[in-house]
Amino acid sequence: MSEQMQTIDNPRTAVKPPNPRLKNAKIAYNKLKKNKAAMIGGFMILFFIAVAFIGPYFTPYAPETQDLVNKLQPPSADHWFGTDHYGRDIFSRIIHGMSITLYIGFFSVAMGATVGVVLGMVSGYYGGKIDTVIMRVMDVLLAFPGILLALAIVSVLGPSLNNVIIAVAIFSVPVFARIVRGSTLSVRKLEYIDAMKALGASDFRILFKHILPNIASPIIVQATLSIATTVLTAAGLSFLGLGAQPPMPEWGAMLSDGRNYMYNAWHVAFFPGVMIVLVVLAFNIFGDGLRDALDPKMKE
Amino acid sequence: MQKELLKVTDLEQHFPIKGGFLGRTVNHVKAVDGVSFTIHEGETLSIVGESGCGKSTTGRAILRLDEPTGGQVEFKGKDLLSFNKKEMNKTRKDMQVIFQDPYASLNPRHSVFQILNEAMEIQKVVPKDKREDRIKELLETVGLGAHQMHRMPHEFSGGQRQRIGIARALAVNPELIIADEAVSALDVSIQAQVINLLKKLQRDFNLTYLFISHDLGVVRHISDRIIVMYLGKIVEIADKKSLFENPQHPYTKALLSAIPTATTGKKKERIILKGDVPSPIDPPTGCRFHTRCPFATELCMKETPKLRTTDSMLGSHQAACHYMEQIESGEHQPTR
Repeated sequence: MSEQMQTIDNPRTAVKPPNPRLKNAKIAYNKLKKNKAAMIGGFMILFFIAVAFIGPYFTPYAPETQDLVNKLQPPSADHWFGTDHYGRDIFSRIIHGMSITLYIGFFSVAMGATVGVVLGMVSGYYGGKIDTVIMRVMDVLLAFPGILLALAIVSVLGPSLNNVIIAVAIFSVPVFARIVRGSTLSVRKLEYIDAMKALGASDFRILFKHILPNIASPIIVQATLSIATTVLTAAGLSFLGLGAQPPMPEWGAMLSDGRNYMYNAWHVAFFPGVMIVLVVLAFNIFGDGLRDALDPKMKE
Repeated sequence: MQKELLKVTDLEQHFPIKGGFLGRTVNHVKAVDGVSFTIHEGETLSIVGESGCGKSTTGRAILRLDEPTGGQVEFKGKDLLSFNKKEMNKTRKDMQVIFQDPYASLNPRHSVFQILNEAMEIQKVVPKDKREDRIKELLETVGLGAHQMHRMPHEFSGGQRQRIGIARALAVNPELIIADEAVSALDVSIQAQVINLLKKLQRDFNLTYLFISHDLGVVRHISDRIIVMYLGKIVEIADKKSLFENPQHPYTKALLSAIPTATTGKKKERIILKGDVPSPIDPPTGCRFHTRCPFATELCMKETPKLRTTDSMLGSHQAACHYMEQIESGEHQPTR
């Protein structure tokens, strides 16, 4: 407390420009620290990212090497998670699949969020006919169940990993557009936006320098939560054979392979399934915690 | 003769009400309905009136923060409403605004430095390397310290924030400042400080103010001339002295009688108006005040009175009432 008083009253300490964003981030981080579930989620995410980057260099087997003699082996000291129907080491495949999963998650959300944020801001800021047109298109996209929409897009574009990313990005656009439109509506009528207009600021400046930073929190939260959905949808598409093509170690595809051997080799489907659940769970609980931490109305 | 700075003619602001099938416009809120006035260089013109009488809307329409639906706004002889966006943005350098709510008028994520710097950056008034000095100077002009430059808005009190808002308006060296309820959100002692600051700035920089307020005490302190508005129309316009000492319109009289006095003993006659302000969606015909006016007659219901001068008025004093002379001479008594 006394430290805080000093910075306010002592001119000399105040001359140094404190970074306002850092200050806000610190408050949010302190709130986040108190939320145990969110912290666990956060550490899991960090761990997954680390595995995705470093893991592939340390796997005991190459992910695509077949060993038909040792096919469908249960978990053992040699094969921690067992082997699949071609005798490939499931543990190694899981490690290699981590980067694919995260790659899909981050890229498709980044693409979807960028498009959604721009559409939402334009829609909320200008209103009128532009708003109506954009939002009706978003409604149409939202009316389809996500997986069905992605399915339709992939079947048009052809099955491949990058097309899955595009498909999943497209279905996450409306979610962002809606959230951003709502936040923009609440901010655009504030007096500081009017003050900027009165100063003759361009719409571009107002949108990206004044509105976007003030609606960033819900976007960050939604992005985190969207990664979870995205991972699940991408795995689903691969499970249906529309995503990653064999022999790529994609978890959804591995799950699909394992399905045929459920009765005599449970582990082939079990481990990819568990990993999908863990990644989705980590992003979900972290996103939930982040939402609470970034909500200015939630006091400690 | 004073030079005209801003001339508003028949300004109209009708907001559409959407509703019904496919969001069609079903009606209009006639927030400002044919308002005309002139502001001379260096003077303070105030607009007073109840909530919802259109005073803020008038200010916003002049600045084109909301596009007015009719009328003309001439600033230094140029028709503002004919300007395209680019020309308008250039002209905005000369006319600035101070807002009511000091907590909403500053971007919470920008420091004072960023706020003032951006104003200068947009209008390119000061070269980049001289901006820091100018910001320090501005802060000192409005009674803040240069050392507070890098603080965030939430580190300031309401009065200090309002000073930052004033500094932002001054940053581009404007000629006209529209103060939209600029002191209403502040407590009384801070109000006095900010008003005195505004007066000092006016002297120092030869500013012209359009001061929008509902507070007659504040208006009396700061204004040269005063406009009284009721339901989107001007009912009376006069210099300060005439308005307070010789109000002509029955609404102005009622409004002035509501000012509390400090003197005891002498009992002031309080005119209490009955009923509420009618809806601006469907305003009364004729004189808009007739539904509440104690002197209203059939004529008032039919014919809209124009702003005019009578023999008992001095200077540019004008009011819009059919019966000013008769009420003044006592010929026309309250009808209800």
